[in-house]
Amino acid sequence: MAESSAYRVEMLGVSKTFPGVRALDDVNLQLRPGEVHALLGENGAGKSTLIKVLTGALKRDKGTILLDGKEIEVSSTSEAQELGISTVYQEVNLIPTLSVTKNLTLGRQPRKFGIVDWKATKKLALQRLDRLKLDIDVERPLGSYSVAIQQLIAIARALEDDTSVLVLDEPTASLDAEETALLFQIVRDLKAHGIAIVFITHFIDQVYQIADRISVLRNGRMVGTEAVADLPRLKLISMMIGREIEGIGGRPTASYFKEDSVPVIEAEGLGRSRTIAPFDLTLRAGEVVGLAGLLGSGRTETAKVVLGAIKPDSGTIKLNGKVISRLSPRASLANGIVFCPEDRKAEGLIGELSIRENIMLSLQAKRGWLNRISRAEQEKLAAEMISALAIATPDAEKPVGQLSGGNQQKVILARSLVSQPKALLLDEPTRGIDVGAHAEIVSLIRRLCSEGLALLVASSEFDELVAVSDRVAVLRDRKKVDEISGEQITRENIINSIAHR
Amino acid sequence: MNTQDLSSSETKSSFAPTLRAMMAHRAVWPLVVLAIILIVNAIVVPSFFSLSINNGRLFGPIVDVFYRGTAPALIAIGMAVVIGTKGIDLSVGSIVAVVGAVIAWRIKAGDPHFVILWLALFVGIACGAWNGFLVAVLDIQPIIATLILMVAGRGIGLLINLIDGGTDPSFTSELLQGLSVGSIGPIPTRLILFAAIFLFLWFLLRRTALGLFVESVGGNPEAAQIAGIPSRLIKFSAYVISGFCTGWAAIILTADVHTSDPVSVALFSELDAILAVVIGGGSLMGGRIYLGMTILGALVIQTMVTSILMSGWPPEYNLIIKAVLVLIILLLQSNNFRGAVMSLFGRRA
Amino acid sequence: MKDRYLPLFATISVFVALYVAGGLFYPRIFSTLVFGHLLADNAFIILAAIGVTFVIISGGIDLSIGSMIGFVGVVMANMDAAGWDPIVVIFIVLAFGILYGAFQGFLIDFCEIQPFIVTLSGLFLLRGASFMVNLDSVPLRNYFVSWFNNIYLDLPGGGFLTGGALVMLAMLVVAIIIAHFTRFGTNVYAIGGDKTSAVLMGVPMRKTTVMIYALAGFYSAIAGVIYAMNTSSGYPLAGMTLELSAIAASVLGGTMLTGGVGMVFGALFGGMILALISTIIIFNGTLNGAWILIATGFLLFLFIVIQRWVVSSFSSAGKTS
Repeated sequence: MAESSAYRVEMLGVSKTFPGVRALDDVNLQLRPGEVHALLGENGAGKSTLIKVLTGALKRDKGTILLDGKEIEVSSTSEAQELGISTVYQEVNLIPTLSVTKNLTLGRQPRKFGIVDWKATKKLALQRLDRLKLDIDVERPLGSYSVAIQQLIAIARALEDDTSVLVLDEPTASLDAEETALLFQIVRDLKAHGIAIVFITHFIDQVYQIADRISVLRNGRMVGTEAVADLPRLKLISMMIGREIEGIGGRPTASYFKEDSVPVIEAEGLGRSRTIAPFDLTLRAGEVVGLAGLLGSGRTETAKVVLGAIKPDSGTIKLNGKVISRLSPRASLANGIVFCPEDRKAEGLIGELSIRENIMLSLQAKRGWLNRISRAEQEKLAAEMISALAIATPDAEKPVGQLSGGNQQKVILARSLVSQPKALLLDEPTRGIDVGAHAEIVSLIRRLCSEGLALLVASSEFDELVAVSDRVAVLRDRKKVDEISGEQITRENIINSIAHR
Repeated sequence: MNTQDLSSSETKSSFAPTLRAMMAHRAVWPLVVLAIILIVNAIVVPSFFSLSINNGRLFGPIVDVFYRGTAPALIAIGMAVVIGTKGIDLSVGSIVAVVGAVIAWRIKAGDPHFVILWLALFVGIACGAWNGFLVAVLDIQPIIATLILMVAGRGIGLLINLIDGGTDPSFTSELLQGLSVGSIGPIPTRLILFAAIFLFLWFLLRRTALGLFVESVGGNPEAAQIAGIPSRLIKFSAYVISGFCTGWAAIILTADVHTSDPVSVALFSELDAILAVVIGGGSLMGGRIYLGMTILGALVIQTMVTSILMSGWPPEYNLIIKAVLVLIILLLQSNNFRGAVMSLFGRRA
Repeated sequence: MKDRYLPLFATISVFVALYVAGGLFYPRIFSTLVFGHLLADNAFIILAAIGVTFVIISGGIDLSIGSMIGFVGVVMANMDAAGWDPIVVIFIVLAFGILYGAFQGFLIDFCEIQPFIVTLSGLFLLRGASFMVNLDSVPLRNYFVSWFNNIYLDLPGGGFLTGGALVMLAMLVVAIIIAHFTRFGTNVYAIGGDKTSAVLMGVPMRKTTVMIYALAGFYSAIAGVIYAMNTSSGYPLAGMTLELSAIAASVLGGTMLTGGVGMVFGALFGGMILALISTIIIFNGTLNGAWILIATGFLLFLFIVIQRWVVSSFSSAGKTS
């Protein structure tokens, strides 16, 4: 080969539009052979769209893709695989009940006259594992191995002899430190063989452990690609988060909580292995505590462990000064703790039920099934909430699934407020809400706080947290790393705290 | 959505929107099917609509539809609640067998018949509680969990029959006779009984929050749990309700034949009940309970069965027609199939 | 490894325990004569169980088995009466079983209707069709049936294997080869283990689903043929609720109703457990036939609870979520 490109893959000027969303806007990504290239970005930045375009799962609107300097056209994942571009997804996409051999060879078993030659098949499986220097019993079912091993087996399946590009989509999401180290050892080995590796992750520490170069996406645009050495953490996080949101004022002017009051929530060493490291958290009436962190840092998990939706396996929790031994969403509700989830469709709303019924759910659950809220009272409460939160709907009987995202968010908020809570756990309250409504939600949070409610607000919008919080707990890599209070709460301090190791 | 089962939709001034609203209402299709069956009857067997009064009681095929439809409809409304939680109860036929055997046994043993009624209901509820325990506490898939009682139930019924020597399990009981063929005024007693049970169930679901909870658990279990709804308890109670309704159906069915026949009583009744729920617009994916619509579904099935009997065809044709009906309804519910059909009609609408 | 075979171990130990316990009370059970009869009399149940095992492993269910058995018998008897050659007739009904199964598989995959409902309509349709053909038992007597019913393979100890038992054992071997030595077989396990992943791993979903139900239809049809020849008649009520026995035999044979795990080989033991239960109860003489149903239900309960436990031990080792 006389003239070969310095890049294994070049994606140039790639654009992709979904109805109403510009998912990718003129994005360039260049991968060198034998490098680990970290791809970072917050929710909705366009990482997965970019990867799907590369692997042929999505068709791009504009742009070119070059492989070893030659233009290629990929229209399916299997075509990409043939060209040597393989992907391993975050969820292990293998069959837990099948043996390792079968998982590695499914659809490719060597056959003689239509009969599978298991000897040759097993040899093939061992060969695949050998490339990763993985020595395990291939006859055992996949599900009997740890997630880390399963992840490695998934990589072994994805790797063909001619694989030149390997995309790892959050491979370490459910691995512990030791397992991650094992995975990285193999990644380094693959790198030494000249494979270009795209590494998507939320763990900043891991990026600095393994990556050679970093590309940051934000809102569908490529913010920049830098060598790791040239990109200090602080700068990286600023690149990911972007500019400040305008229109949200500075710090709250008054505080409404008493230092010596009995906390509504008092968690000590509460945590769950592989999900969130043990943390302490106190929340008093009239206080807003922010949970700050990047995507995947454990914000949602923290709120859910406090609620009991994720069962904690360590630590204790006191609600209103009372120790709760069997924490569950139901026990929390009885103690006045309610949760507004980020994922409205999956965890928030009952799509088929009407707005009124959705709003009534928590209050009704609190009162018990026998003590039904009368239709008249339901209508009154629903109408009050619809006007108080300015939910845009012709009437309360519309199925909630037909509302827009912002209005659905308000319905969940309405459900929580109607149940007369003592503490409200808000997970990304402004996700999917247009910019104008941001300020509205921020002032609503302060108003609720002034009425004596305790609020825990998890958000990736740090300006929002600065505007509402009396204290901010900072999370990184599924661990609470810092707590900032009062005037110390600034955007810079939060970012510093995340970047600081 | 609560009361729309019973009341008609709101009135609108102009004609076209009213028509569209009517067409959109889920009662339309079952009613259309019912109307077609009735029209075909009117042509083929005009005597279908004859009514006569004999000894102060109403007689006629239409009355017969209601008369015979009572027990299947009772089972179906219980099934509607279970399906509302995204579950299914395959054991209803076996529960009928067990309850029937208990009734025959206790009558032979000489218990007061009034007490036996309560005992029968209790047995039905206990069977439901067993299913509920497997589904809600042991977390076994409903279809598998209820399969156990489905298989064993008829055997239990046969064993109960053996308790006093295994002789003829038939019995006489004035009380049960009254439930079976008696009437209050011109109306069969069982219809009044059915109305009472229906109202009780409606009250239980719609005048307490149980219905809302059942629909939440069936509609989105994750969200329901996060909102603080006791989902296990709700699932459990759905099976208990099914056991209760099936218990009443068993009393009526047993009274009709005044014997216990665990092998063949209520054979395939679980299938008829599921069919009634599906015809009534209930999705097997759960999330909604339409009691009134389920009764309409049961009525459609029973009208069809009676029509076939009247037309002189062998009753076995029922099976085929039911099968075709199930397939048509499910094809209409299928997105892929509807997509193909819609593209044909889409342009005209 | 242990986990995966646990249900099969449980099956075989239940079978051995029943066999030994039964034999201690009624030593005749140990004779090869009784054993041969067990195989012969239950060949059709085991055949149906083998077919449904594939379906259950793939995470589905087939309720149309019993009706298929009845329908096949009625069609055979009537075509025989109409003067068709019995061997041609057998080919026709087997082809029908395959086609009808394939049709059900297509509905399940293309229309995304639950297998439970699709095969339920099959249960109604085929049973209704049998009744439409005729309502009474029609005798099935021809040269092939009498030849087949006179096949005996002697076993040591005075017992023998009948033609039905031999066909069943041969078809069991075929099923084992399909399940464990073809790509299709592994694909069936893959779909039952995790459907989404299987699609991502390139398993052809529609083709496999159609083939699974076609295979089940084929085995039901063979069960129907054997049943009709054993009884020398076609009876529209034949095989009533047999789908339940077949499913029970499959589950008792170690197949998990949640899909992904099971052994075709286990269907033989599952069917034999059911057969032993009824034999012991019949030998006892004082016990009523009702105990067969109750014992089956109890064993089902036991196995389903064991399965729950195995599944939870699987997930605790695997994914955390």
